[in-house]
Amino acid sequence: MGSFMQLIFTAVLLVVAFFVGTTIEKKHYKAVKEKEEEFADLPAISSKKVVDLNKIVNTKLVSGCIVISNDAFKKLVAQVYNIFGGRISVYETLLDRARREAIIRMKQQARTFGADVVANTRFETSRLGATNNRGKGMGVFEILAYGTAIKLSK
Amino acid sequence: MIYSNLDCIPGKETVEHYGIVQGSTVRARNIGVDCLAGCKNTIGGEIKGYSKLLEDSRKEALERMGQQAMQLGADAVINVRFSTAAITAGAAEILAYGTAVKTR
Repeated sequence: MGSFMQLIFTAVLLVVAFFVGTTIEKKHYKAVKEKEEEFADLPAISSKKVVDLNKIVNTKLVSGCIVISNDAFKKLVAQVYNIFGGRISVYETLLDRARREAIIRMKQQARTFGADVVANTRFETSRLGATNNRGKGMGVFEILAYGTAIKLSK
Repeated sequence: MIYSNLDCIPGKETVEHYGIVQGSTVRARNIGVDCLAGCKNTIGGEIKGYSKLLEDSRKEALERMGQQAMQLGADAVINVRFSTAAITAGAAEILAYGTAVKTR
């Protein structure tokens, strides 16, 4: 009887996680798209040589980071995928939106600084924790975006 | 102290190199944040407590790197890179490193 209750509890938790997690993801994507439009005039580029050096007024190192995790349902899906191999799309979208959010946060810092362009943008991804106690599985990710904000003379 | 992850400080001339400087900090998460994160881990989404923690640690790592550069007599650090490593289940190391230079 006890194990049956536990099973029910887990199932309910997974269903709740699925709905809440999906809502959060949709909301996040909407917010990310809105903010990306807002920062469309402040490009972040990955090359080192940007503009001619004489026009540069000031520079600053800017960074944006986000720590993000998937909901329990998607983690379970990922573990199932893990057995058969192939694309784990639930994690692709997670990392995609996290990376875009990190870029946005970096650009927010650059905007406060009054920058016109962010040069040499780099990403850093690290796994902070694991889903289960044995240290395996997929867990919490940290995405960092950093670059040099450059202010140009008008 | 100017930081940049470009090869040079734009608009300035690099006069002297002092070699690699680094700053690192190892942070453990506190229990309150950990509990909240545990809940967040079930429903997914951003874990704001950790985002904040890592942001602060990164600032500290940069500061420590800057101090080291200052001791060498540099006034800028170029080619700055960040790196994060999870040391144990509860702690993360944030490392910032770069080349200390003197500019003109």
